[in-house]
Amino acid sequence: MTGAPGATRNSEAAGEPHLPIDAVRPPRPGRWIAAAVALFAMVWLLYTIIVNENLHWDVIVEYLTDGRILGGLWVTIQLTVLSMVIGLALGILAAVMQLSGSPVLRGASALYTWFFRGTPLLVQLIFWFNIGLVFPSFGIGVPFDGPKLVEWQANELITPFTAALLGLAINEGAYMAEIVRAGIRSVDPGQREAAEALGMTHRQVLRRVVLPQAMRVIIPPTGNQFISMLKTTSMVSVIAGAELLTVSQRIYLGNFEVIAMLIVASIWYIVLTTIASVGQHFIERRFERGHDALRTKVRRNLRPFGKGSV
Amino acid sequence: MALPAFETVPAPPMVRIRSVRKCFGSVEVLKGISLDVPVGGVVCVVGPSGSGKSTLLRCVNRLETVDSGRIWVDGDLIGYAERGERLHHLRPAQLCAQRQDIGMVFQRFHLFPHRTALENVMEGPVVVKGVPRDVARKRAMELLERVDLAGRAGHYPAQLSGGQQQRVAIARSLAMDPKLMLFDEPTSALDPELVQEVLAVMRDLAASGMTMMVVTHEMGFAREVGDNLVFIDGGVIVEQGNPRDVLANPRHERFRAFLGQVL
Ligand SMILES: Nc1ncnc2c1ncn2[C@@H]1O[C@H](COP(=O)(O)OP(=O)(O)OP(=O)(O)O)[C@@H](O)[C@H]1O
Ligand SMILES: [Mg+2]
Repeated sequence: MTGAPGATRNSEAAGEPHLPIDAVRPPRPGRWIAAAVALFAMVWLLYTIIVNENLHWDVIVEYLTDGRILGGLWVTIQLTVLSMVIGLALGILAAVMQLSGSPVLRGASALYTWFFRGTPLLVQLIFWFNIGLVFPSFGIGVPFDGPKLVEWQANELITPFTAALLGLAINEGAYMAEIVRAGIRSVDPGQREAAEALGMTHRQVLRRVVLPQAMRVIIPPTGNQFISMLKTTSMVSVIAGAELLTVSQRIYLGNFEVIAMLIVASIWYIVLTTIASVGQHFIERRFERGHDALRTKVRRNLRPFGKGSV
Repeated sequence: MALPAFETVPAPPMVRIRSVRKCFGSVEVLKGISLDVPVGGVVCVVGPSGSGKSTLLRCVNRLETVDSGRIWVDGDLIGYAERGERLHHLRPAQLCAQRQDIGMVFQRFHLFPHRTALENVMEGPVVVKGVPRDVARKRAMELLERVDLAGRAGHYPAQLSGGQQQRVAIARSLAMDPKLMLFDEPTSALDPELVQEVLAVMRDLAASGMTMMVVTHEMGFAREVGDNLVFIDGGVIVEQGNPRDVLANPRHERFRAFLGQVL
């Protein structure tokens, strides 16, 4: 708030003496001892890993940039990004259906999340890979066994990659539906009314007003889902999905460097998740628009109390 | 001076409300309300909490549907099309078209928090009417100037005081060039020292000839600006008339008791 006219915060101008706080902190020996112990433990652990001959560091370094590993890395990235994008789209669709007035749409959405959250992803992946056993062919035409216009054979359509994508994306959609629904519900109903009062259609209200605000609530758990998905793709190795873990396994089946290959894969997983975490941080900041304003304001107001105590 | 006959015919009202009833579950909140607002007129609606003032206002722009009765705004039946003997529900796009002409200002502002003051005011014209952004921006700046907030165009709602937010909300409604403005207790959520700045904007708006329906507890504003004061209690209009007259000589006991509480 602005001060009254004539008031001043400058103590010297008002003739007040300057009294600096130059206080001595009490000693904290416990903290120093704990830090020393932790540091020693870390150094010792690192040392035993580095000098350990069974870890074959030369092999690890050699395979880190092996063509097959990099190919697997690329498949992992593709699977993660595509299944998250499709999963998010499915999640928004399911969430909007869930919040719609039609009991049929609500029921369909509930059935979807219930089934795909209720069965293990591993089972779903194997199921999609073997979908040809249930539906040998897919076609576009008249429903209920009418004539078909186009027809595909399942075993041509379903590669390990498409089966993996189907499994991961559809499963992810079921989780994203819950996240998106929570985000939409977090938006003040008054926002919807204000937008409707301006004459916006339902779609415009959703796209311009509700979803951008819901994003603030949706983004952090979606970031976690993304990071988790980077690692979940390794499950695809059960259907030989050619991603990072599968190619690592293929290599160690040939050269028997089991641990070294697993470390190579792990290093790449850590690199990917680290990059994703940094990206998540920046995206979250982007969607804080209008809300960080409030936070800086509050912080500014609290400053006289915060000073010196941090 | 002899006037031609057609000039003496009263203009049709901007808002015509006839026998409106509305229930929430088993509770009848509006029990048959009929009311006219002439073009350029300012009607102030007062009444105790829960008497149905907000509900009445929300029926006018169809944020609520009525159970029976009719509401016309500028001659258009709200929510339905009359074909022959029967009413037909309007399609969503037609409902949106009707709402575009009716501005609404809420007690709790409901500005879009993720958009600046300027973007809030531009939002309606750009999204709903498809006005080009630079045209909408220019007009939005004029409106912000009109509510004395040109200097705050780039601020987010969280950076504005309640009174400033409410003035932006008024500008946001005006950007749609409404024929009618609805105000639902626009100053009730404000600190006392911020009430006057919002009332000043509303006074200007009334003076410029805007048709307004105002739910308020500000009796001073009603007396000064209102053409008609309507007291609602228990879902019916108990008393109405020229604000100066009815405030000076309230006839009904319930109105007198209500005035005793708010004045
Ligand atoms: N969506 C709703 N569902 C159920 N009941 C409602 C709903 N909206 C309003 N009501 C009820 O209808 C009655 C009238 O509400 P309304 O908001 O119109 O009152 P009001 O006159 O505006 O009161 P206030 O001065 O407190 O704003 C109240 O009893 C309220 O609880
Ligand atoms: Mg109300």
